[in-house]
Amino acid sequence: MRIFDPHIHMTSRTTDDYQAMAAAGIRALVEPAFWLGQPRTSVGSFVDYFDGLLGWEPFRAAGFGVRHHCALALNPKEANDPRCREVLDVLDRYLAKDRVVAVGEVGYDSMTPQEDEVFAIQLDKARRHDLPVLVHTPHRDKRAGTLRSLDVVRESGLPPERVLLDHLNELTVAPVLEAGCWAGFSIYPDTKMDERRMVAVLREHGTERILVNSAADWGRSDPLKTVRTAEAMLAAGFDDKDVDRVLWRNPVEFYGQSGRLVLDEEPDPVAESFLGSSVRRGEVGE
Amino acid sequence: MTAPISVHDLEAAFSVGAPDRAREWLACARRQVARDRGELQMLFPVAARACGRAPLPLSDGWSTDDAARVLVLAAMAWPDLDELRGLYDHGDADEKRAVLLALDFIEIGDGGLAIVEDALRTNDTRLITASLGRHGASRLTPAAYRQAVLKCVFCGIPLAAVSGLDDRADAELAQMLEDFVRERSVAGRAVPDDVRSILARFP
Repeated sequence: MRIFDPHIHMTSRTTDDYQAMAAAGIRALVEPAFWLGQPRTSVGSFVDYFDGLLGWEPFRAAGFGVRHHCALALNPKEANDPRCREVLDVLDRYLAKDRVVAVGEVGYDSMTPQEDEVFAIQLDKARRHDLPVLVHTPHRDKRAGTLRSLDVVRESGLPPERVLLDHLNELTVAPVLEAGCWAGFSIYPDTKMDERRMVAVLREHGTERILVNSAADWGRSDPLKTVRTAEAMLAAGFDDKDVDRVLWRNPVEFYGQSGRLVLDEEPDPVAESFLGSSVRRGEVGE
Repeated sequence: MTAPISVHDLEAAFSVGAPDRAREWLACARRQVARDRGELQMLFPVAARACGRAPLPLSDGWSTDDAARVLVLAAMAWPDLDELRGLYDHGDADEKRAVLLALDFIEIGDGGLAIVEDALRTNDTRLITASLGRHGASRLTPAAYRQAVLKCVFCGIPLAAVSGLDDRADAELAQMLEDFVRERSVAGRAVPDDVRSILARFP
């Protein structure tokens, strides 16, 4: 079984997680830029974060044979903070980099006018950089937020197949698929979706344009939820081809639209450590 | 690493090894930065996608995108060092490496030293290796040069990649390496062979 986690925040995870993920068949992932849990107070904080997503984190992943790509953006929550907003001025420079396979996470948190504006600006950047977009749908007022996101996507003129709306559930999946966008589901221990409900969604809506992710981060979450969903699919009568479609070929097809997904070569057998920190904590060059 | 010595060598290796589309990209990139050097910011990150990442012939350790990036930089004059520093600071690891490699092929006096020192503070073996070309190795203070060599040994970087050892290795470096060998031996761990050749020079 080969698995591609299309949404996971590895900077918040440990090397134990990488090891368990690799052992379970997770060979590639996309890490979207998001809120750190603690509000940022300056653009510099974003720049260091983006540098990490393009430097240290792919290096750490490669050490476990996992291909790391990222999506970059100003997240919806911090779109409301004027101290963070200037990151939009440096974003273009980062969106040109190798390994950046989408603009994201963009979208709504509380559906404010500032979020409207930043969402539209970033959809325009995606168009100019020829990148797909990962849209976060809000935790609260999800149905309204999803429909409004679809309206904004429509107004942007972006082809719907280049847009992924994420964190969907049984109530929001239909309009997303009808609009021609990709539908993402985050499988969580308690909240969002679980494996059993995910299997039911796949039964009802099929496997086309559907992505399953763990969205694992610093909160209560599980980086192996993609694998658990694959197992639940098999137990429910889906075959290996269906599992490969949802958990490998679909994410490859969606992010492959960037032209920057590199999966053919094996990840580098680690140059032992990176930028002043060693994964092994001790010496390098063993 | 058998690094190309001159821009001419690098051009030759590139024209032997690079596909047509890479040669076209390089020619076009040089024209664009000659017209407006601001274009470099957006050209630099796309070099690998445009030229490929295949190993470059005649230059052990270089890739086609390394050469493409360095050849663009080498075609430009660098009166403003902040611009080069910005390219390094805002680069991903591959771009940073290319700026370090380029230091041997552009005219900036001692201007690359701060970048070299930054790279030596990292633990990324690709950056450390690239920082110890002729530009970096000849300008580091004796103490910094010794620490750099020791760090290479520590990180498993072959000393063949380090410029200037014939001239700059000294008794103090040999002492540091001897302590390193003793520490490794006590721990029952392997010692790289290339350390011994320096020790032999300062018995």
